[in-house]
Amino acid sequence: MDTTINHQADMTDLDSRPSAALPKRRKSKWAKIKKDYWLYILLFPGLAYFIIFKYLPMWGIVIAFQDFSPFLGVLKSNWVGVKHFVNFFNNPDFVRLLRNTLILGFYDLVFFFPAPIIAALLLNEIRVGIFKRAVQTMIYVPHFISMVIVASMTYVFLTTNGGVVNEIIYELSGQRINFLADPAWFRPLIILQIMWKETGWGTIIFLAALASVDVEQYEAAIVDGASRFQRLWHITLPAISSTIVILLILRLGNFLDTGFEQIFLMTNSLNRSVADVFDTYVYQVGIRQGAFSYSTAVGLFKSVVGIILIYGSNYFAKKFGHEGII
Amino acid sequence: MNSSKYDSFGERLFDVFNYLFLTLFALVTVLPFVYIIAGSFATEIELIQRKFFLFPRNPSLSAYQYIFSSDTLFRSIGNSVIITVFGTLTNLVFTLSMAYALSRRDLMGRNFVMNLVIFSMLFSGGMIPGYLVVKELGLLNTYGAVILPGAISAFNLIVIKNFFQNLPPGLEEAARIDGCSDIGVLWRIVLPLSKPIIATFGLFYAVGHWNNFFSAMMFLNDSKMWPLQVMLREIVMLSQVAVGDLSAFDPEFVEPPDQAVKMAVIVVGTVPILLVYPFLQKHFAKGVLLGSIKG
Repeated sequence: MDTTINHQADMTDLDSRPSAALPKRRKSKWAKIKKDYWLYILLFPGLAYFIIFKYLPMWGIVIAFQDFSPFLGVLKSNWVGVKHFVNFFNNPDFVRLLRNTLILGFYDLVFFFPAPIIAALLLNEIRVGIFKRAVQTMIYVPHFISMVIVASMTYVFLTTNGGVVNEIIYELSGQRINFLADPAWFRPLIILQIMWKETGWGTIIFLAALASVDVEQYEAAIVDGASRFQRLWHITLPAISSTIVILLILRLGNFLDTGFEQIFLMTNSLNRSVADVFDTYVYQVGIRQGAFSYSTAVGLFKSVVGIILIYGSNYFAKKFGHEGII
Repeated sequence: MNSSKYDSFGERLFDVFNYLFLTLFALVTVLPFVYIIAGSFATEIELIQRKFFLFPRNPSLSAYQYIFSSDTLFRSIGNSVIITVFGTLTNLVFTLSMAYALSRRDLMGRNFVMNLVIFSMLFSGGMIPGYLVVKELGLLNTYGAVILPGAISAFNLIVIKNFFQNLPPGLEEAARIDGCSDIGVLWRIVLPLSKPIIATFGLFYAVGHWNNFFSAMMFLNDSKMWPLQVMLREIVMLSQVAVGDLSAFDPEFVEPPDQAVKMAVIVVGTVPILLVYPFLQKHFAKGVLLGSIKG
């Protein structure tokens, strides 16, 4: 009973007149922490998680400036300054990785980014509710399927060894196309896979923005004699333009984040020259070959460029009068 | 909202193409699954002669008999189930408890912790330092290595925290007057009120674990511990593992075609997701939109 009254008193204190009710600040701090000890117990596992699995690795970035040896540990390994960065920038791999990453990012932006917007606009023009819902139900499915399954299905369909696509092409043209090993097919495959997997899912956020458009606007436009395309241009598109800008900022901020798992899965010894991107390179050189310091330097380079891209695109979005994300 | 009597010929033509296009889009999405399922029941002759089909003429179970004839696939399914169940429980305990603590505006140090969480979304130590931490903790080749490093998604945490903050405060106050402690309020008031959102994020986390490939490949060297996704790649893409055991069959058993075996393995990996899909679909849009609320 005693504690109940105290609690109540504390709560009114905090809510309405905190400073007046608590004259000695220092004492009150301790009292607050003591009162909330259950909350701190609840907070602890999560806080420990962030410190161990998020902030400890950030501290681990220092090995990019060392010749890190697992036997010596971070504290005793030799410091080498920016040696690994210099090596990386002078390595022919650097240009190849940058080129592959930028080209994939560019294709992604040009072909994949507009796809959900177009699909959402088309879905929005559908008047038969049941047809719309049926299409939505089907196109959302691949989002939940793992990349391994998507890549496996691609292999089963495209293999020159009895894959259905190649069998049909053989029937028609008398030859087979080695989609999976030909470097020229790597980028189109990556973009087609991601379009197949994520276009439907991507429509959700635009459809939600479209659902919030006031119907009266359309009615007024019809009375004024606006055609459907004029309504699309003057009402529908402006309604989703801020969503488009925010997603564009996010996309530009993650420009270097080419789908790592996807690229890793679709890479083989024959298409490696066009497939290698920063992430797969870090994995290959760091974990497979054990060059921890060098690969950490490569990863750090990518992270720093990434954060500059996020803040940069955010800055420009705000400059052009849109709401930013940060 | 789009009254048809005003439509011109061009607009009607657009409608026709729009319906055709969206139908095609839906078919392109769904037919690969149908073909994979049909092909997994097909015989060698059918795969060669008919090429693309949606119903096998002489359905045969031999591909499934074959892939389940050794314990390779069973074991990896078991591993996936263990990782999914324990991983999701870990996610929920860590995320919900931290979200509730952070949802209390009067908690000292709350802003500092929130900033830690948000910064971790913008910048990360990267793959190699993360790998070294897991290695130094002695987690390599344990399920902990695929469960603990992803125990909390910062994004989910913030969404759930915002949800807790927006619960009606009256109930909590009433419980407190009745003598409930903070943990009592969480257990008896907040969590029961949050069942739908817990189900939503539990499902998201679970699908993530079932689909997880990369951390399992990086952290689990022992093939006996591999989850289904890693095994699937070995079987279907690399053709490294013979999934079945032919010696377990009669001599008359017709060996299933390689393509059908691969399709059957893909079906096994896909079906659990398709089974929970109706639940996912019911909740996911809500989840996406919750995330778009700034907080």
